[in-house]
Amino acid sequence: MDVVSQLQRQFLDFTTSLYREGFLDDQFVQLQKLQDESNPEFVIEVVSLFFEDSEKLLNNLSTALQQHIVDYKQVDALVHQFKGSSSSIGAQRVKNVCVSFRNYCEEKNVEGCFRCLQQVKHEYHLVKSRLDALFKLEQQILAAGGSVPMIA
Amino acid sequence: MARDGMFSRWRRTEKFEGMSGLSPSDCHDVHVLAVDDSLVDRKVIERLLKITSCKVTAVDSGRRALQFLGLDEEKSSVGFDGLKVDLIITDYCMPGMTGYELLKKIKGSSTFREVPVVIMSSENVLARIDSCLEEGAEDFIVKPVKLSDVKRLKDYMFGEDLIQGEGQVVNKRKLQEACEISSSPSSSPPSISSLSPLSSQSLSSSPSPRSSSPSSPSSLDSPTRRLKMTNCDT
Repeated sequence: MDVVSQLQRQFLDFTTSLYREGFLDDQFVQLQKLQDESNPEFVIEVVSLFFEDSEKLLNNLSTALQQHIVDYKQVDALVHQFKGSSSSIGAQRVKNVCVSFRNYCEEKNVEGCFRCLQQVKHEYHLVKSRLDALFKLEQQILAAGGSVPMIA
Repeated sequence: MARDGMFSRWRRTEKFEGMSGLSPSDCHDVHVLAVDDSLVDRKVIERLLKITSCKVTAVDSGRRALQFLGLDEEKSSVGFDGLKVDLIITDYCMPGMTGYELLKKIKGSSTFREVPVVIMSSENVLARIDSCLEEGAEDFIVKPVKLSDVKRLKDYMFGEDLIQGEGQVVNKRKLQEACEISSSPSSSPPSISSLSPLSSQSLSSSPSPRSSSPSSPSSLDSPTRRLKMTNCDT
């Protein structure tokens, strides 16, 4: 198998696993539909915005939960934002933790919130490293003169 | 009830297209004002609209939207009189002014009350949907927004014009409303499965028609409101 085919195979296998393991959901497929010759970097651009946004949200969440008196409304607002943005790019596992997180906020359960914060940080880093790897594979395919296979 | 009215209109959209043999088209020169406090969502909605050939202005708050429209009380309308906005699509949950509050301000303005407003929300809450529709929202999209959501929005609001002989582009939605007011409404209850926009988001209500509870509309002047009331009576 030549280099391009190998890379394409790798890309397809990797992508399939991301969906199978629930890291990504259909919304990620939707984003890819919005990428074309007129906007060839769209997915990377949106995901990069998501990464930037998420880092800020995670910092703010850490700060908010470390307050002597936790402002649960503020924590909930931050988690709501995180839920929204992760949902918009198809980061399913991150989104799902956010759902639980909001429930703990409603209960004003500080331990539950702390656990969720750790969990959401963990899931975020997992999906980030996977997406970074995915984009790297894409670049490698393109650099080798191939085209990136689309998963319908 | 407002929502039943909206459902009925969906079925007519499908019938209408079938009869005239028109294919859904993208919109040309349609200017959309998109309002969302999330940077990620703004980027996505902007792309969704551009890919369906719409001009987009994206702002991050209700306040900025009102400023753009020249409706901000604190700032005088500076050269916005000739501004043409064909559709406003706004997020519901925003800090400061919510999408619902923005909707009310727009519907309360003589200049912009006829502009269709679509609400987007990540929460599929029936009460929220109903109150937005009651307040005059054209449609309610559950996030995350997909290309199919935007396409069908464009299609039923700004699809191919039908009366070309008069040399005038007719807004398809207005034309449909004119037809619907004169024609008799369908008597069979709408089934949710045939309604792709909302059915995919698993509404919790049952599809059977409910007894129409009289809503208290702010005005009966807008064709949309009148339409919904008409459909309630059947």
